[in-house]
Amino acid sequence: MPFIPHTSEDIKQMLATINVVNIQQLFDEIPKDLLTADLSSLPLGVTEMELMREMRECANQDAGLQCFIGAGAYEHHIPAAVWDIVGRGEFMTAYTPYQAEASQGTLQLLYEYQTMMARLMDLNVSNASLYDGASALAEAILMAVRIQRKHQSHRVLIPRTLHPYYRQVIHAIVSQQNIELIEIAFNEKTGRTDQKALAAFDKQEITALVIPQPNFFGVIEEVDLLTDWAKTQNAIAVAVVNPLAMALLKPPGQWGKTGVDIACGEGQPLGVPLSSGGPYYGFLTCKKEHVRQLPGRIIGRTVDAEGKQGFVLTLQAREQHIRRAKATSNICTNQGLLVTASTIYMSLLGPEGLRQVALASHHQLRLLKEKVAQLADVKILFSSPCFHECVLQFKTPVKKILQALATYRIQGGFNLQPVYPELGECLLVCVTETKTSEDLEQFVRRLREAVSAVREVCV
Amino acid sequence: MTQLIFELSQQHRRAASQIPAANYDCSDIPAEFLRKTLPRLPEVSELDVVRHFTQLSQRNFSIDTHFYPLGSCTMKYNPRGVHRMAMLEGFLQHHPLSLEVHSQGFMACAYELQEMLKAVTGMRAVSLTPMAGAQGEFAGVAMIRAYHRARADHARDEILVPDAAHGTNPASAVQCGFKVREIATGSDGNMDIDALRAAVGPHTAGIMLTNPSTLGVFEQKIREMSKIIHAAGGLLYYDGANLNAILGKVRPGDMGFDVMHINLHKTFATPHGGGGPGGGPVAVGERLVPFLPVPMVQKTADGFRWLTETDCPETIGRLSTFMGNAGIILRAYFYARLLGREGLHRVAEFATLNANYLLAKLTAAGFTPAYVTRRASHEFIITLKNEAKTFHITALDVAKRLLDYGFHAPTMYFPLLIPECLLIEPTETESKQTLDAFADVLIKIMQEAKTNPALLQTAPHTLPVKRLDDVKAARELDLVYIQ
Amino acid sequence: MSNVPKTLKYSKTHEWVRKDDDVFTVGITDHAQCMLGDLVYVELPEPEITLEFGQECAVVESVKAAADIYCPLSGEVVEINEALLEHPQLINQDPYGKGWLFRVRPFDNASNELLTPAEYSKQVASEAH
Repeated sequence: MPFIPHTSEDIKQMLATINVVNIQQLFDEIPKDLLTADLSSLPLGVTEMELMREMRECANQDAGLQCFIGAGAYEHHIPAAVWDIVGRGEFMTAYTPYQAEASQGTLQLLYEYQTMMARLMDLNVSNASLYDGASALAEAILMAVRIQRKHQSHRVLIPRTLHPYYRQVIHAIVSQQNIELIEIAFNEKTGRTDQKALAAFDKQEITALVIPQPNFFGVIEEVDLLTDWAKTQNAIAVAVVNPLAMALLKPPGQWGKTGVDIACGEGQPLGVPLSSGGPYYGFLTCKKEHVRQLPGRIIGRTVDAEGKQGFVLTLQAREQHIRRAKATSNICTNQGLLVTASTIYMSLLGPEGLRQVALASHHQLRLLKEKVAQLADVKILFSSPCFHECVLQFKTPVKKILQALATYRIQGGFNLQPVYPELGECLLVCVTETKTSEDLEQFVRRLREAVSAVREVCV
Repeated sequence: MTQLIFELSQQHRRAASQIPAANYDCSDIPAEFLRKTLPRLPEVSELDVVRHFTQLSQRNFSIDTHFYPLGSCTMKYNPRGVHRMAMLEGFLQHHPLSLEVHSQGFMACAYELQEMLKAVTGMRAVSLTPMAGAQGEFAGVAMIRAYHRARADHARDEILVPDAAHGTNPASAVQCGFKVREIATGSDGNMDIDALRAAVGPHTAGIMLTNPSTLGVFEQKIREMSKIIHAAGGLLYYDGANLNAILGKVRPGDMGFDVMHINLHKTFATPHGGGGPGGGPVAVGERLVPFLPVPMVQKTADGFRWLTETDCPETIGRLSTFMGNAGIILRAYFYARLLGREGLHRVAEFATLNANYLLAKLTAAGFTPAYVTRRASHEFIITLKNEAKTFHITALDVAKRLLDYGFHAPTMYFPLLIPECLLIEPTETESKQTLDAFADVLIKIMQEAKTNPALLQTAPHTLPVKRLDDVKAARELDLVYIQ
Repeated sequence: MSNVPKTLKYSKTHEWVRKDDDVFTVGITDHAQCMLGDLVYVELPEPEITLEFGQECAVVESVKAAADIYCPLSGEVVEINEALLEHPQLINQDPYGKGWLFRVRPFDNASNELLTPAEYSKQVASEAH
């Protein structure tokens, strides 16, 4: 019996102790007409060896392609030590650290994570993580609404340069609570959030402004101006950032005259594999004065009965298991294991390493842009500087270009046409430190071939 | 004492083989956008990192190292082979936005898991995207709201929950904009049916239940309850927290539930990871199919394809950036495949056998079950109310003393209805010998309570730290290390 | 047995009220602070707002519990005990003195819905069973 250790002698003795004749009798309180589960449509069990073989073939089906897709999930090198340690049973098979004395490993690690993330964002406090980047932004918006609870109505400004899936997720989550999400247009030349579109809301009651950095197009936004605008409006400034980029770009705590109130985002670039989109984790950091509104698990340092340093879950009275219907959120987990990976990743890379990875990714994208600029019928769309991702515009359908690239085992990028139809045929291309100059040469050569092949078909 | 990684830091020390070495320039980015000083991360060697975090891991209890009978959490063995398969390069390197033609391997696994979950729950359709039980609850309640709205039934603004419910139930209902009304539990552990009858009406959107309930007993009048709710125009939500108790025996769809979530990290043995990631797929009956969260996987003659907003215009939307916790979905699928239909059928049987055996042993030794006349489900509650009075000890003291003996403590003080309680869930993967050892230790601890209660009151004694001052932690917040 | 001063009035939800000239001082009872345990955080009403009888107007938190405070009379908040924001333990140490929560100037003499010390003691005793 897979994973059930009972011998027939064990079963006999156990039934005798309970004083029943068979296991079925243990279900005698359940009405008979409910004991009807039928699993006959399911396959029979297999051994580990059989399944491993089958799954190796299954996984290989999708393997072996060069990946130039980013769009919120980024391929970076992950040091071998990271997942070797994460895979230790003591981390992987522990539960939420309710019994603090028996969970000091997880708790200290989360405290170290909170410290690293607060420092990377240059803000005062961090929680121990949420599900993913998009849901972290939804929680950040709900947090802003709680901070601004005196407002009559809740209007949150969302730039159209924010990841389209993030916009969908926050809509699904916060629209249940009478919060109005208002889209802010971008400048079609620069790819940045349009200051003029924002000015339309001058002197109005705005609950929060969301500020992506870099934005979905890879473009670096004018974060100082946006933050200062939000603060003069008495709106909460919510940054949503790529954490790796913050080793190179100005962190949210330093934006504008005051810094932002809340910074959140997707933690995946810091040591978490692409893995079909999850599990990743969302980070959420804020200024000290907002800590009571911060949702999710938070770890604090304290002392034990002998005065020795130790760590516990703290501020639990905000949470659902105590506050129930009045909790700051219904969340009762963090993404502990992914945070474990990120904490080890950030420790291994250190301050200089993290900056070098960000710089290398940026540098490789610049190389790619230089090469692509020489191609006919391909235009680099926005004039602003960007971070490791940029938009290419074509005269022929991107869908076909991607199919043509696929025949060379290249995943050419994310097709923007369905989500930004106003931009025409556009492709979002991502380059990280994992791509060599040869990879870039190869990509550009294949792109030229793909473009001309598609043009011939279209003509 | 293990130092903080920041205390190990030495200026200019680095793990050189991890750092891209070239001289890169970023002169195209204006200085106003750049970070001026490096983030203050630790400066340590690779060995420092490996040793530090390995040592931290050794300060944890876990399923791999200790019996972990944490009630309502289903801490069963997480098969290593399952983890190994999910860590295959092909799965790890797969980008979530790859073309469908480059995603068929993952999509096949996800599709098959959808089908398996339909079969074990007796539901009509499944969406795998919710990333935890609480997000599954949110999705389920949002679907109930969408259903009433689609019928222009706007008066339904109230969700009912039992007073013994997990705290996420009312919190999720409020996050979906509902009011919450609590329904009392009767002395036998079943819901008070008269109280339920009195509570329902034209404002009832639905009820959230788990069965077996959080009290560790089967809600026997579930069919009657389902009739009352449906007659009032409400829907029934099944919280899958206790699905392990009935897996392969009873299907929530057959009990009359309209919507539910499944905790993959409980019933389907995916690792808890020190508090996550989990997985909380939702399953629904016919009426709620149009509202399921996207994306989902559809099987066609040309292979698998994603179902998105375009295919499902009434969907409650997208709950995660991509496809939820895909790696957890894979693990749950592999686990289900290893067990197969014959193995899944045994899960509830042996989880129930283990719980009732342990309950019988502890009752014989003088412990007080919360519900003396009831059969245990996959878990049960003992109350230490009498011991607390006689020996001046608390359930917390007993829990902490168990840690000294190498057993993780059961869930304490939940459900809130039962004073000084321990909620014990042994799971099917533990042997009789482990259960015997656990019962012996509990009996021994009660002897200690008689002879030397201080031993319990100041426990634990053998762990890296003594009992921690959580009042100080909350009053003098120290959430990040200040150098 | 917890301390129930004879000079105060009480609410069913464990607040106490003391009349000082034309304002009323509100706090939580010794029994309530004892049940909650060591308090770690207090959220007080905004000065100058008006409160209705029974309105949720403050929160006290311990490590394991949080309790809403219901205003035991209708009126305007004229003063809050700011010392509690830094030192919530004052409520544990001195619930009827330094641990007071806020002061209210009532709209009318609406305190007739409150319990006498004897009635409150009886309620506490009955809850214990």
